[in-house]
Amino acid sequence: MGISIQHLLGLDGISREDITLMLDTADSFYEVLQREIKVVPTLRGKTVVNLFYEDSTRTRISFELAEKRLSASPLNFSVSNSSVNKGETLRDTIKNIEAMKIDMVVVRHSCAGVPYFLTQCTDAVIVNAGDGLHEHPTQALLDMMTIRQKLGRLEGLKVAIIGDIFHSRVARSNAWGMSTMGMKVVLCGPPTLLPQHYESLGVPMTDDLNEAIDGADVVMMLRLQRERQASGAFPTIREYRNRYCFDLEKLFSLPENVLVMHPGPINRGIELASDVADGNNSVILQQVTNGVAVRMAVLYLLGGGENG
Amino acid sequence: MVKKRENDAFIRCDNSRPAPPLVIRQGRVIDPVNSIDRVAQVICTEGKIFGVVDEVPAEFADAPAIDAAGKWVVPGLVDMHVHLREPGREDKETIATGTRAAAAGGFTAVACMPNTQPALDEESKIRYVIQRGENCPSRIYPVGAITKGLEGEELAPIGEMVHAGARAVSDDGKSVARTNIMRNALNYSKSFNIPVICHCEDTAISQKGHINEGVFSTHIGIRGIPTIAEEIVVARDLLLAEYTGARIHIAHVSTAGSVRLVREAKARGVNVTAETCPHYVALIDEDIGRYDTNKKMNPPLRTDRDRTAVIAGVTDNTIDVVASDHAPHVPEEKDVEFEAAAFGVIGLETSLGVILTFMVHKGLLSPLQMVERMSVAPNRILGLGGGFLSRGACADITIIDPQAPWSVDARNFYSKSRNTAFEGMKLQGYASGTIVGGRAVFNRKV
Repeated sequence: MGISIQHLLGLDGISREDITLMLDTADSFYEVLQREIKVVPTLRGKTVVNLFYEDSTRTRISFELAEKRLSASPLNFSVSNSSVNKGETLRDTIKNIEAMKIDMVVVRHSCAGVPYFLTQCTDAVIVNAGDGLHEHPTQALLDMMTIRQKLGRLEGLKVAIIGDIFHSRVARSNAWGMSTMGMKVVLCGPPTLLPQHYESLGVPMTDDLNEAIDGADVVMMLRLQRERQASGAFPTIREYRNRYCFDLEKLFSLPENVLVMHPGPINRGIELASDVADGNNSVILQQVTNGVAVRMAVLYLLGGGENG
Repeated sequence: MVKKRENDAFIRCDNSRPAPPLVIRQGRVIDPVNSIDRVAQVICTEGKIFGVVDEVPAEFADAPAIDAAGKWVVPGLVDMHVHLREPGREDKETIATGTRAAAAGGFTAVACMPNTQPALDEESKIRYVIQRGENCPSRIYPVGAITKGLEGEELAPIGEMVHAGARAVSDDGKSVARTNIMRNALNYSKSFNIPVICHCEDTAISQKGHINEGVFSTHIGIRGIPTIAEEIVVARDLLLAEYTGARIHIAHVSTAGSVRLVREAKARGVNVTAETCPHYVALIDEDIGRYDTNKKMNPPLRTDRDRTAVIAGVTDNTIDVVASDHAPHVPEEKDVEFEAAAFGVIGLETSLGVILTFMVHKGLLSPLQMVERMSVAPNRILGLGGGFLSRGACADITIIDPQAPWSVDARNFYSKSRNTAFEGMKLQGYASGTIVGGRAVFNRKV
């Protein structure tokens, strides 16, 4: 049975079967990545455009590596400014790229909804690599893959996601995806960094870190953008650290096998203490490794590969 | 079905000669000011109403006649909030195309907002707009700027603009942010018996937002414009009006809280009127669906709770006026990323159909009340001297086919722009004829 979706725009509304298929396929590719020859021929002849309107070294490299290991031809198209400043509309840009005969587009953009917009402009397969405050589905998939790898299951596990929830597309994709997989998600941050109206995310929120991590199997810390202080979301880095930094003391209050995750890049000493980030519970680098496998799986399943 | 442009008849309004006699036969005449709601004949001559009578007098027996059987014959509708983009953005709309759209929508007059390029902030620019509107199908009344360049810093020459023909002042598109400037504007405008039209928005809260802040904005990941961004400034401007005794008109009310604030202020005797737009009556934020930029406007579509409160406000006359906030944009400003898309939707050619469909046919507004909101009140607020069919009044008349079913198809619009929020919507009722100064300026061919 193949995947039922044509594009990966987000995890909102994606079925449990599709998520499971993507995770299972990612596990297979993880095995491939352990081999000496890490390349498979499955997408040979396919051209994948990495259309990045927002700076992102690691996500772009991860996708590019995934494409190369599937024998696809990656084409990198990075623009730091949005199309508005560039003088060409996004529709014109994608039409021009499409005219060069491409098969898939991996897109990151600061505006929510751009991946969907692209599906209305082109016949190419669209993969969302992060759109505004909306979704970052491959990140959530690699998070779930990592949890399943380490804890053997997803169903029934509690995940606390902590930090700047308001601006986090990672939190949104995980809230939807993990809920679909039967996990209990709680979102936590200062009230100024939580959305005021969150019912549509379908998960509870709290501003109390201890309440959030109580009974958690997984603690996921989010990066705090320092600009948020200037915009008045919290008073000082010190106060934020005192209230929301995940440190050894908090780690020791949890069961021994709790997983500590972070989508990166880490602000050491702000949201995550260094000794926790580098400690035995941390699976942060495993997340990065799994990112390549997950992206291979997504590109493979959407790119016309047979379920293997 | 609305027919394509070549099928309908427009005439240019030639005011150099008096209009010939015209008889509108057998329509249901709805004239709330004169408490008329019955089938009658409306006689016009020399551009004025001769009378509303049961039998056509012998002297008009051979005059040109319009058969209005089964239709409503009402005082000419007025849309007191439109953006016609001239001068400056004639690629979006011109006074000529905008007034054609107005006539096709049943509007015998429009008031155009001053956020053109350059802004209508001096006498000469007001005169320019009036001059460009001469001989256009519908009448055009310019609104002057409150502050020079709409910058919110120094008062524009309000007296000179009123002398030149401005019927109100507004910095529409933004609020006058500084409260002392707004206080001065209200106080100063008292000399001229004009309303100050308030666009209410606290941009410190709204500036990064693109749609209503709520469950839906969180869901689709678009930053929100909270209801309080509007309500805080509505409350401020109501307090300023109460304190100064000046007359204000709250533009495009979109929230339940604003309706409540206006209702309470009216009960206290504050000299305030208010308007809403058809899209706040018919649509909510969730209708944006998957980032439909043609449903992006400012203030944004709100929740169903707000929509219900706005409707109740129109019904109980807390909201005096329905106006379209007709805001034309070219495709390249709309066919883009949602957050990059321009705010605003057109409305001149759908306004009447939407209000008929969503309010009148649902029993939420009587035909008499509809005529009050769309003709009587805007006439009174802007001091246009119309809104009734009394003998000697200007013969500005709208003939409405209230039941005709049609589907909105932007390709058939007379407006230069296509950015409607109602594309594909099935509506019931439209203007079948529009008469300005006793001349049929628009006649819909069915």
